[in-house]
Amino acid sequence: MTLAPDIAPPAEPTVTAPGKLTDLFQLGLDAPICLTWELTYACNLSCVHCLSSSGRRDPRELSTDECKAVIDTLQRMQVFYVNIGGGEPTVRPDFWELVDYATEHQVGVKFSTNGVKITPAVAARLAASDYVDVQISLDGATAAVNDAVRGAGSYATAMRAMANLAAAGFRGFKLSVVMTRQNIPQLDEFKAIADRYGAQLRLTRLRPSGRGADVWDELHPLPAQQKQLYDWLVSRDEQVLTGDSFFHLSAFGSALPGLNLCGAGRVVCLIDPVGDVYACPFAIHENFLAGNVRDAGGFDTVWKTSELFQDLRKPDTGGACKSCGFYDSCRGGCMAAKFFTGLPMDGPDPECVQGYGEQALAAAGATTAVAVPRPSVDHSHRTSPASPRGPVPVMITPRRPPSHDCDESPLAGFGA
Amino acid sequence: MSFDLDRAWQVHPQVSMRPEPFGALLYHFGTRRLSFLKNQRVLAVVRSLSDHPSARAACHAVGVTEAELPAYERALAVLADSTMISERTLHDSRS
Repeated sequence: MTLAPDIAPPAEPTVTAPGKLTDLFQLGLDAPICLTWELTYACNLSCVHCLSSSGRRDPRELSTDECKAVIDTLQRMQVFYVNIGGGEPTVRPDFWELVDYATEHQVGVKFSTNGVKITPAVAARLAASDYVDVQISLDGATAAVNDAVRGAGSYATAMRAMANLAAAGFRGFKLSVVMTRQNIPQLDEFKAIADRYGAQLRLTRLRPSGRGADVWDELHPLPAQQKQLYDWLVSRDEQVLTGDSFFHLSAFGSALPGLNLCGAGRVVCLIDPVGDVYACPFAIHENFLAGNVRDAGGFDTVWKTSELFQDLRKPDTGGACKSCGFYDSCRGGCMAAKFFTGLPMDGPDPECVQGYGEQALAAAGATTAVAVPRPSVDHSHRTSPASPRGPVPVMITPRRPPSHDCDESPLAGFGA
Repeated sequence: MSFDLDRAWQVHPQVSMRPEPFGALLYHFGTRRLSFLKNQRVLAVVRSLSDHPSARAACHAVGVTEAELPAYERALAVLADSTMISERTLHDSRS
């Protein structure tokens, strides 16, 4: 899962600029730099922290032709690339057709996958393209840590996919890890895995979004681990990508590489499988819904005129954080993390490194009147997700027949 | 990081440039990195690199003075370092 682009060192620190770039970006761009596009809610896995609560396909998902029309719009708007995700995007039967269509229309593609479809033949095809990048998701450097979150067998699937990409000569694909309490002790091991396969390590932040809200309390890094992660990132400098994920940690000291700005609705956004446009991939909730690509005017009009996006492009006021000496570093943190933990938008991030988030959460917890928002959209499999706490006792229970195909398998109807 | 103002340069063939009110955004499809041009003048220089026999000539053509030249040289060096611009052999020149 990706939010912001990875930024090369700023081009001209010395040539007179009209203002700080972050200030310019804060007001929004005429088109996103990149955007996340979840192509389907269908997934072969049931990761406990899934941001989009994926599992089952939605019958209203965009058709192949509708997807191509979106790509035409992105080409006109000169969006450099799309981060395709899901669900598991490669289970869509038209996935490769859409990837080819995008790259033929000057829209680069980076797609996130659990690796299920990355066979040697697919890997060879991917290695041959300059305009497609692949991101393999892995949330533990060992099968035990990974599979507790992503499900049994998912570690082996990801490792096989990386071996296939490496064997095909694909250099510099991404190994993408969501940082959790359980895997932060494995930072060096993740780097070693990436190096072994010629991949680039990319670390992103766990958010309390989607099913992530259910496991946030058990999975999110402890305060001391946040410092450990920050120090590790600083020592690796530009070798490890973060997609601007950890700008809330910049309050520990010097800023991490990147924009250090919440890009939601300003430089990035999300298109979901049914064409709904949200401010960011971590905010699939009606409060952050800007419109739909099927609306008159399409994505272009949603991006440029939606009331929500206009609102997000107003300069930050800082709110409760304004008087904090670190506000210029962290800019109040992540909007989605605040929202889904029930904290106000203009207050501290729940993982504020100065501890203000914990205080705010404790205060909110003391008043039971504060309701934590739930995701508005849920496509989870109607079965139990993998337990994050080790083996599940086997129980023999009578099997209910599925009421329709989609209940039985996320791949039903795909001929996959 | 050194940069030769007297050589011929071009925007790297894998780089896409998008004009913005503040200058331009650049995206390199090979390195998959994003960069920026922070003002219109440096954008004019970068855009015209391939029309001139040297980076120095491209700077002069948009009115960069000798006093300003070192700043532009540093900016171009950063772009060259991240391969947003690349050297070109003169027979590739459009002119």
